[in-house]
Amino acid sequence: MPKPGLLSAALLFGVAAIVLVLFPLPASTDSGDGTRGPVALAHSAAEERAAPGVAAEDEEPGGQHQQQHQHGGGYKVVQWEWSYVQTPYIIAIWLLVASVAKILFHFSQRFTTVVPESCMLILLGLVLGGIVLIANKKQLYQLEPALFFLFLLPTIVGDAGYFMPARLFFDNLGAILTYAVVGTLWNSFCTGFSLYAAKVLNVIDEKVQADLMDFLLFGALISAVDPVAVLAVFEEVHVNDTLFIIVFGESLVNDAVTVVLYKVYISFVEVGPKNVQTVDYFKGVASFLIVSIGGTLVGLVFAVILGFITRFTKKVRIIEPLFVFLLVYLAYLTAELFSLSAILSMTFCGIGANKYVEANISQKSRTTVKYTMKTLASIAETIIFIFLGISAVDKSKWAWDTGLVSCTLVFIFIFRAVGVVGQTWVLNRFRLVPLDKIDQVVMSYGGLRGAVAFALVVLLDGEQVKAKDYFVATTIVVVFFTVMFQGLTIKPLVKWLKVPRSTSRKPTINEEIHERAFDHILTAVEDIAGLQGYHHWRDKWEQFDKNYLSKLLLRKSVYRKSELWEAYQKINIRDAISVIDQGGNVLTSARLSLPSMASRASFPEFTNVTNYLRENGSGVCLDLQVIDNVPGAKVEEDTETHHVLAGNLYKPRRRYQSHYSRHFMPLGEKERQDREVFQRNMKYRMESSKSTRHKRHKKERSIKKRHGSDPKEESTEKPRRNVSWHDKEPVLVPVDSEDDKAEHSEKDEDEGITFVARKVETPKPRPKSVPAAVEASSSPLASPLSRPPSVDTPLPWKGGVGSPPPCVSVEATKIIPVDLQQAWNQSISSLESISSPPAPPSADAVHPRISALSRIPGAPRPASYTPSSSSSFFSTSNTQLVQGSFLFPEKIPKEEEEDESSHELQPLMSTLKPPPPATTSAPPPPPPGSAPGQGRRKHPRVFLRSLVSAPPPGNTEPWSRGPTQL
Amino acid sequence: MGSRASTLLREEEIEEIKKETGCKLCQNAPLYLSQTSITNPVFNSVFSREDFQRIPELAINPLGDRIINAFFPEGEDQVNFRGFMRTLAHFRPIEDNEKNKNAAPSEPLNSRTNKLLFAFRLYDLDRDDKISRDELLQVLRMMVGVNISDEQLGSIADRTIQEADTNGDNSISFNEFMKVLEKVDVEQKMSIRFLH
Repeated sequence: MPKPGLLSAALLFGVAAIVLVLFPLPASTDSGDGTRGPVALAHSAAEERAAPGVAAEDEEPGGQHQQQHQHGGGYKVVQWEWSYVQTPYIIAIWLLVASVAKILFHFSQRFTTVVPESCMLILLGLVLGGIVLIANKKQLYQLEPALFFLFLLPTIVGDAGYFMPARLFFDNLGAILTYAVVGTLWNSFCTGFSLYAAKVLNVIDEKVQADLMDFLLFGALISAVDPVAVLAVFEEVHVNDTLFIIVFGESLVNDAVTVVLYKVYISFVEVGPKNVQTVDYFKGVASFLIVSIGGTLVGLVFAVILGFITRFTKKVRIIEPLFVFLLVYLAYLTAELFSLSAILSMTFCGIGANKYVEANISQKSRTTVKYTMKTLASIAETIIFIFLGISAVDKSKWAWDTGLVSCTLVFIFIFRAVGVVGQTWVLNRFRLVPLDKIDQVVMSYGGLRGAVAFALVVLLDGEQVKAKDYFVATTIVVVFFTVMFQGLTIKPLVKWLKVPRSTSRKPTINEEIHERAFDHILTAVEDIAGLQGYHHWRDKWEQFDKNYLSKLLLRKSVYRKSELWEAYQKINIRDAISVIDQGGNVLTSARLSLPSMASRASFPEFTNVTNYLRENGSGVCLDLQVIDNVPGAKVEEDTETHHVLAGNLYKPRRRYQSHYSRHFMPLGEKERQDREVFQRNMKYRMESSKSTRHKRHKKERSIKKRHGSDPKEESTEKPRRNVSWHDKEPVLVPVDSEDDKAEHSEKDEDEGITFVARKVETPKPRPKSVPAAVEASSSPLASPLSRPPSVDTPLPWKGGVGSPPPCVSVEATKIIPVDLQQAWNQSISSLESISSPPAPPSADAVHPRISALSRIPGAPRPASYTPSSSSSFFSTSNTQLVQGSFLFPEKIPKEEEEDESSHELQPLMSTLKPPPPATTSAPPPPPPGSAPGQGRRKHPRVFLRSLVSAPPPGNTEPWSRGPTQL
Repeated sequence: MGSRASTLLREEEIEEIKKETGCKLCQNAPLYLSQTSITNPVFNSVFSREDFQRIPELAINPLGDRIINAFFPEGEDQVNFRGFMRTLAHFRPIEDNEKNKNAAPSEPLNSRTNKLLFAFRLYDLDRDDKISRDELLQVLRMMVGVNISDEQLGSIADRTIQEADTNGDNSISFNEFMKVLEKVDVEQKMSIRFLH
């Protein structure tokens, strides 16, 4: 329904824009200047001109001429200063037209799902070009190579490089390089020679004056797959990640090949084919190596510089994004300066710098970088396609030859297909996941040509390449054919062939869990089998990176924290975002009883109601997206669970499945997770080996002894045990305390976000033993945040648990003036109800954690709060706990007492923190799930022994063995 | 590499293992083992649990111990080379020609079903061919970070079972397990590219 209306609106707007902007132009410009157009002026006004083939240098006289022309008369009240603002004005209007066009296309859902945006933009460009042509009898605008190579292409490549999924890219690096180098060479030679053959056979008209070199040159520029076109088309098709990264990676990397071939042939054409010596061919090969490797090196050098600079931007956060843009762009320009492969340089600068930059800069800068890059890339893409369309209208630039056009179309298609099949056949011998026939079809079909080819062909020197006009026409046709016809049909083709797509559907919980398990299994099996393939070298690289590069490029605080705190923060932020996205659904599902929670939980209902009203109240709103976005209860629950899982599951160490999108942002939390898992596993092994050893010793001692394997076993077990305990204490404790300190220094940075984030972690009192353990282990990280006393006081019982949720309480004070008494009662009752079955087997084990809880009941007695003697404190709290654990209700203080105690508690909590890092952090993060009963019983013993003199009762069996083991 | 293997394993035994596990894997296996941290000097002898546990990477694998267990036959503490290779063979990628040829009369070890069965056994501790809620919770707790509470984990487990459970016995049978994962590319996600 809205389609024709909208389209005509688009056209109307386009016409209006044209009328507004373009018609004054011919009036004020003299006609000699007109063909170059304002866009050319735009880059002549900009600062960089030192690019190959900038056609814009000579335009300034024209502009100045206009200015003189205009400033003739006397004083006017309102002056028409068109020439003064002309250049930026026209650029801005073009950007506006492009952006509005984008909006309009996306109004009609059904239309955009069928027709790719790039097609529409080219069509729009054709229409605009036609209008300009009719109005002016002359084409004012076209895609200037200088503009394209210096401004439009770098924005797109920069975005692609910086957000390139590095893992996926390097996983498929072999295939990408093969297709990019071998494939492009094959395509270009075959196309060139075949066209020459066609010329000899008179299929191509006599008018086309070209010899072998010309055709080879043309073959070189027409054979490279274009990154802009591939991105534009494939992003809408959503083929699976592997397929996408191979095609897209190829389109990026083949730039080196194209640049070299192009330059070599140009020089050959210049000197004439007869003067080419054998040496020159070798020079060509050498040139290829220099261009590609040099480009890559330039990129990596700039990546290092970028990482190094962002180390020191702590005080000037505001210019962090600027550094990113500048240095990535400089990488591109520097490569251009030395005529190396600029695309390669920029890509590798982006890939290389991403990790360090993301770790160094603040969260806000990260968002800024992301959005700015996406915006620029998107607008550059739009402009490129519109200008491609416009350029095609200009008939004076090209000459048609049916033979050449059809031959080229056929040849590039055939050779692409043949090349892909041949290379895939070789590659499949080395690939784990062979590329099957369907993949090959899509890869052949996805070999889109685009603006790079066009810009290159426009750059040709008409003097030397006589057939330039024919080549231009052919290139335009090829680009249009690939982008429009293949771009249009690739979607149905993909559907018809049932190409596995990157599903936008969220995996089910089962899939999510089991796939993680698969990844862990594979990792373990690889370790067991001792494979030293790709993963082995990646491990080596990671070691190098950790020992040298990260030390150099990462901010000291970031490096010392070894990603631990960073990862923690990231998880928190993600959780917080997910909670906000779901309107606090997590909280409602957790059955919370806090009054502040109730107010939070009512928000989603409210928004849902408005959605519902909007949806049903107005029949006009037919936007499918809106309806889709209103989540049903089940969907919401799904996403909630998804987020909880995604945020908390351990990431598999090696096999990393990432989905490419322009918004890709990797997380580095390896370190933290490794430590946790290591400790947990060790603990578990200690358990099992001890118990089995015990049994074995009884049962099989006699047999074993005869075989002589017993001593060996003993010796193998001993070091292992030592490792586990030794690692636990010295490693973990210092790191945590360090974090405490480092956290102070960095606290100011992302304060607001962190506060929100904590809420997710402890939205409720942790009544059970196990959550308490979980909290206790994470408390050293979290608790400093909760120090502001005003935040803590309203919910004092939380302080004992380890990490009070500041956000909750802030909200409580803000939104609902919390009735303290009522809140207290409610929470106590909830505590009571949940903790009434206190899990007898683990009760003893929980002491150290529960002791935290029991501090509050004990708060009114200031004697026990002498912070100097932490050990005595712990023993008292322990004995007290033995007598009356889980006896909150009877100790509910009166309100004033409670206030007092909470105030008192505040400094105590903070003073208690430094002395017992050993107590709070020694219980290793591993929550006691791996070996439920035993595991929990075990590690309290470790530090209890050091702090408490008397063994807790009810712990007889393992305790009695304890000292000998320790 | 081949020479070393043949000195340590009898030829016919190698043949047997080849047939069972797929030949390529087996030929080079001793090579892998000599590179690995399993520094068992004699390949045709047995591996003990401790051999596995000495691999440092396994200690930081959340499921490491479960996977080690999967290498050992039930109730035993040792596995011989053949059993070891059999387990490894689960992770051989399925090759195209293999699908048609059907060399082995029985199902090959690296079939989709067997791959899934391997994963299933990791959950199913008591070997009753069902993943109960407790078993699922244990694995989840292993795989999950510390930031997640028991309550949340419990609801996840409940949801997982509820999603997979078709016959209402509040546990996941192997058939249900397969059904739930039918859209997943198990062949790819449970394969390792062993060097040929």
